[in-house]
Amino acid sequence: MSEQRINRMKDLPSTHLLGTGTPMCSGCGGLEALHQIYDVLGEKTVFVNAAGCMTLLSVYPFTPFRGSWLYTAMASAPAGAQGVRDALDILQQRGDMGPQEDLDVVVLTGDGSAYGMGLSATSAAMDRGLDFIYICYDNEGYGNTGQQSSSATPHAAITSTSGGSRGYPGYKKDLFSIWAAHRPAYVATVIGSEPLDLARKIEKARELKGSRMIIALAPCPTGWAYDPKDSVEIGRLAVKTGVWPLKEYIDGQLVHTRIPRERAPVEEYLRLQGRFAHLFTPATNTAMIAEIQARVDRYWDEVV
Amino acid sequence: MPPTLLTGNAAAAWGARLAEVDYVPAFPITPQTEIIETLGGWLDGGLMPGRMVTLESEHSMLTAAGAAAATGVRVFSATSSQGLLYAMEMLYTVAGWRAPFVLVNVSRGLSAPITLEADHNDILAARDSGFLQLHCADCQEVLDSVLLAYRLAEDPQIRLPVLVNLDGFYLSFTREPVSLPEVEEVRKFLPPFDPMGIRFTASAPESQAVAVLGGGPYSYFRYETHLAALNGVAVYEQVAAEFTTLFGRNREAVESYRTDDAEVVFYMIGSFATKAREAVDRLREAGEKVGLLRPRLLRPFPASLIATALTGKQGVIVIDQNLSVGHGGILHTELLACLYGRPGAPPVVTSFIGGLGGRDISPQEFYHMVTVTRQAISSGTVPPPRLLYTAAELREVRKLQAIATVEREETAPGRKAADDTGAVQETADE
Repeated sequence: MSEQRINRMKDLPSTHLLGTGTPMCSGCGGLEALHQIYDVLGEKTVFVNAAGCMTLLSVYPFTPFRGSWLYTAMASAPAGAQGVRDALDILQQRGDMGPQEDLDVVVLTGDGSAYGMGLSATSAAMDRGLDFIYICYDNEGYGNTGQQSSSATPHAAITSTSGGSRGYPGYKKDLFSIWAAHRPAYVATVIGSEPLDLARKIEKARELKGSRMIIALAPCPTGWAYDPKDSVEIGRLAVKTGVWPLKEYIDGQLVHTRIPRERAPVEEYLRLQGRFAHLFTPATNTAMIAEIQARVDRYWDEVV
Repeated sequence: MPPTLLTGNAAAAWGARLAEVDYVPAFPITPQTEIIETLGGWLDGGLMPGRMVTLESEHSMLTAAGAAAATGVRVFSATSSQGLLYAMEMLYTVAGWRAPFVLVNVSRGLSAPITLEADHNDILAARDSGFLQLHCADCQEVLDSVLLAYRLAEDPQIRLPVLVNLDGFYLSFTREPVSLPEVEEVRKFLPPFDPMGIRFTASAPESQAVAVLGGGPYSYFRYETHLAALNGVAVYEQVAAEFTTLFGRNREAVESYRTDDAEVVFYMIGSFATKAREAVDRLREAGEKVGLLRPRLLRPFPASLIATALTGKQGVIVIDQNLSVGHGGILHTELLACLYGRPGAPPVVTSFIGGLGGRDISPQEFYHMVTVTRQAISSGTVPPPRLLYTAAELREVRKLQAIATVEREETAPGRKAADDTGAVQETADE
């Protein structure tokens, strides 16, 4: 692998390749991440999309992408990527297309597809060693349909299908580990509020071959019920509290790229979001907050 | 080259090989698997160029097929029954992409109950998807139809995927003599795939399959797809004429067998039409003026070709190897819609459901259907649709039920059987 070019904040590209004026909500943490990702990946890409919020990025006749786009369906974007990748390889082998015309194939899905309906197709794509990049923008629920709970929803979050006083009863699925268990070329978590960490990981992914899998936690003002201006702050708190560990799996090794030595209490992260308001009003639910804190602590106890 | 004995599945694989396909996304399912195994063997052995990839489902297989076609290579795939239905979302989707490729379906009855042998509910479930459909009656036709299908799919006036249907077991595993054309001859008929700008390349970025908002643009693109499909009738006739010139075999959109002076005509699709052809010959020997009309092309629906062929006939016998539950035979419904109000349309169209799950249709049943239809013509009263089913078959089912009842009594005495209400039996007794 070639030496990384992005070492400091001032190395970050300022090209702003992705067009503006999309129908994404203001403060969309997924779009924030995508802007940064696209600046690193560039326009020699074909984005293969599954049903979700970002399907609305390309609505006839507009697109914010300078490169290519193919919408597939909710369950099978990685299979679409397989068809595109294989066809591009066939055309090059046959001499019908020069290598300068080649594209990086990038799957773009939400957590509803990545954690659930599309997991079988994703697993199989990794089994086959498909040479592609997978970007999951994870806003922890079926956001485009109004934030119903998905298997990415965190414990206790209020969603439009878990509106009781205890919120979502399940626990967020560990997709990172499920993906890593396939031993693909690369797996990483990122977040838009940590642009240097994000850019370094996307750059690393771009320079590798094989299945390169990225999960971007996507703070979601509409789904998580907070003021759009707080998206970056919530993202930073997700990292500072240890709720969203920044890590990567490469060469069979798990590496945490940011270890918050003095973790802020999870309460600081939860308090800003309306989906956790029931933990604080009318009375503070100390037991449930403590349970959430304990799970975060347990995770980091195993890491450090 | 003298004809070779080939199964319908092998003929389908030969069609793909002769079409020099670039890419074969695959998934196994009985009775289709031999097609992908055959192609896989040729690809692995270097006997044909191209690439095969086994997906984890038919849904993914169709996604990969459409995506590769939309990137500019010639794609072939095959499935059957449950697989076709598992992929149903993608059938509509890739047709909407206007991605031209060929998908072979080996017909098999649908679950439940799960079964293996042929009927047409699988392929007819795809009739509204935007895929064009060709239906085969013998193994030679399977090979020929794959080649015709590529010409249809890739025609500039169409640009849609095409389904080629053959019946499971009856064709998939039956060996018949098949003439294999030389690849040079096939190239004269089928030039290399022209992607016509549906590629993804760095210098010419494309957005394909994007969303639309509102019914206006949606209606536009859907109806445009419909109009492109309708172009398929004229294009098919032209392509079939070329095919006949090059290979000598007649592959008309609608096969007419002894219909010219016929008074009563069988109307059906698929391999069982060969049984009808035989019955027509026997009935003709007995002095009955009967014939057979068999659409090869079912989508687009060649309405005026069919209506013209049936003008002036006294009666039509529609044999549906499918069942629209709660309504009846699909071909029957479509034929009535096609004939209604046309001058000279046959006054009597009888409906029979036969061949479900591979159930055979006997010569006696063909003769019986003519008798019933003749009676309807003379009485002016058309009988309700009926299932071809014999007392012997009912007796066999009764035996199975008796075994099931005894076993249940032995293993769980006193437990009430689900069909003890008699509902199933009463229906069957009618």
